[in-house]
Amino acid sequence: MDFGFSEEQELLRAELRKFLAEHAPSAELRRIAETPEGFSRALWKQMAELGWLGLTVPEAYGGAGLGFVDWVVLLEETGRALLPSPLVSSALCAAALRGGSEAQRALWLPRLADGSAIGSVAILEASDHLAPEGVALAGRREGDGFVLSGEKLFVGDAGAADLFAVAFRTGDAPESISLALVERSAPGVAAEDLPGIDLTKRSGRLRLDGVRVPRAALLGEAGAAWPAVARLLDLGAFAAAAEAAGAAEAALQLTVSYAQQRIQFGSPIGRFQGVKHPLAEMYVDVESWKSLVYYAAWALDAGHPDAPLAVSRAKAYASEAFARIGIDCVQLHGGIGYTWEYDAQLFLKRSKWVRPAFGDADFHYQRVAALGEL
Amino acid sequence: MHFDFTPEEERFRAEVRAFLDENLPPEGQRDAAFQVEWQRKVRARGWVGFSWPKQVGGGGASIAEQVILKEEMALRKAPPLGSCFMGLAWVGPALIEFGSEAQKARFIPDILDGKYQWCTGYSEPSSGSDLASLQCRALREGDHYVVDGQKIWTSIAMWSKWMILLVRTDFRTESKHEGITCLLVEMATPGITVRPIRNMSGGAMFAEVFFDGVKVPVENRLGAEGEGWRVTVSALAHERSGIAEVTGLQRSLESIKGLARRCLRGGGPASEDPAIRRRVARADTRIEAMRLNGLRALTKQLRGEPLGSETSVNKLHRANLEVELGELALEIEGSRGALAAGSDVVPDAGYWQRFALSWPEVVIGGGTPNIQRNIIAERILGLPKD
Repeated sequence: MDFGFSEEQELLRAELRKFLAEHAPSAELRRIAETPEGFSRALWKQMAELGWLGLTVPEAYGGAGLGFVDWVVLLEETGRALLPSPLVSSALCAAALRGGSEAQRALWLPRLADGSAIGSVAILEASDHLAPEGVALAGRREGDGFVLSGEKLFVGDAGAADLFAVAFRTGDAPESISLALVERSAPGVAAEDLPGIDLTKRSGRLRLDGVRVPRAALLGEAGAAWPAVARLLDLGAFAAAAEAAGAAEAALQLTVSYAQQRIQFGSPIGRFQGVKHPLAEMYVDVESWKSLVYYAAWALDAGHPDAPLAVSRAKAYASEAFARIGIDCVQLHGGIGYTWEYDAQLFLKRSKWVRPAFGDADFHYQRVAALGEL
Repeated sequence: MHFDFTPEEERFRAEVRAFLDENLPPEGQRDAAFQVEWQRKVRARGWVGFSWPKQVGGGGASIAEQVILKEEMALRKAPPLGSCFMGLAWVGPALIEFGSEAQKARFIPDILDGKYQWCTGYSEPSSGSDLASLQCRALREGDHYVVDGQKIWTSIAMWSKWMILLVRTDFRTESKHEGITCLLVEMATPGITVRPIRNMSGGAMFAEVFFDGVKVPVENRLGAEGEGWRVTVSALAHERSGIAEVTGLQRSLESIKGLARRCLRGGGPASEDPAIRRRVARADTRIEAMRLNGLRALTKQLRGEPLGSETSVNKLHRANLEVELGELALEIEGSRGALAAGSDVVPDAGYWQRFALSWPEVVIGGGTPNIQRNIIAERILGLPKD
């Protein structure tokens, strides 16, 4: 029994933390987040060269061939640094290619791993419904393929992505869902980010106007993609919970060091139980959801049947606890926490992005209840 | 990262399972005679004081073996291993570290055999969370100490033969943690009065204990004079891993799910109410987090890394869950939730009412939630002490 990280994984963590502290300190990430693209191409390239973009891509396709437990280390650190980057969206697109043909994998996985292409997944629509019924965009049959006209919403890094794995409907049965690759450069495709609370996370809209999806662009069989889509939703929820764990830990550390230094009533405010106790609660929450995230990573790697349950527990905890932590982080700082210059607000805003991403606390608690046979 | 045990450890698990198959009857069939037999058998296996060194009669078990034994026992809802609860939790570990050879020989075998009960004389009317401020005093007179003062919240004092008692032997020390001494006191000694305290669930598990010129032989001092705080803190460090607690909570939640299926709420089963379902799932998620937090702490131990105050995290979860599960059950019962045992209308013969009125035993005993928050904030986060 060993429910911890290996020496190699701890080395990866140290390397990541050093790299991100050096290349994406607060001032730099704020600058990057406010650029039109919202991320740094130069950093993206460096991270690709260090093997971090293709961490979970199989070695045969230019990746490092590592598992989700390794990916957790990466995500906790990018989350801790609040790194603005299409890293998770692109990895989800790579995961979608798992169900694709050899030709599709050979064409795209190496490019996603080396960062020369950026991917994303487009599942949700205006209904904001995380279920097969939420996919209303209908594929009209044409020849051996489909034509898509409509709109996908809440698409991660829509503005940056070159390639989208798009879910659409190909039948009336609830689960008649298909998944296909759509390139940004194809005729009729338009994608843009929508203004968001959290400047360090981009997401937006994918517009499809008579976009042709030939049979060769389908990922798997037409009408049989819901299990693959459900897995993408799980991976997205898992990644959001893992990044949030790193971010929440950083928010806690920021607040603890402020509470140690800020003197009021002749004493560091961290001496007062009104400050001390919420910080202790934050610690309890961060440690607990880290445990849930680590176990979910192991379950995903092991292909354990409990993986969806483990993911939902982790994301439910993260959505609920991070929202509280974001608010407490600002509130415990007092006035300084409300300023634009101070970093507390960045964590609060990240918690607003995390809360609904790939299912909020209620969605995942309801799923935990159902999976727990209630 | 993996959750496998070594073949040797798995052999031990198989041995435990075989023992349970052979010796543990279903829950309804465990009478008094069985309880006596059970204690004799688990004692013979070396499973009482399983973590204690073999030299004192313990099991000398590895951490992995302790975990396996606890897991298997909890899964089968087996009775406790050993019946001298306070002796096993507090007195034995303190004796092993600080006791003289004569004291170990006199007390440890009886604790393992469960011959009689021990109680712990720690809290006082004015010294609860701030235990080190205790004032119960012992003055040395020749070959014995004379104890005067009062203890309170002493669990099972009325059924105990011996007490491990903290007294102040020096009132002039700079720090309140100095000047405290640990004594082992026979409850039948003249001058001791035990007065049980009725708690809010109607029962009496704890008591006030009064000392009026109680003579305790010096040979019954545990550790050096003035070393009592260290003796206590060291015993506190022998924390349980929390496995049994997690299993207990899991079982309670399973029962609550059953309750929710049987109770009507708004014209349908309570189990179909999304608000109830969310609360069940929320509790489930926190119990699972406790289980996994425990496994992370265990991994640290297995890797030979020192354990810090990690257990405080799970103590807070447990405190919240013990309260929440009782509240959840009573809400699921609706109007019936306000009934008590004694009619055919109250569900489960009033089990959940008793449950919802007994959490203070575990939530307050051994450190209130606010004390746990202080421990986390000060020892883990490094915030200044109050």
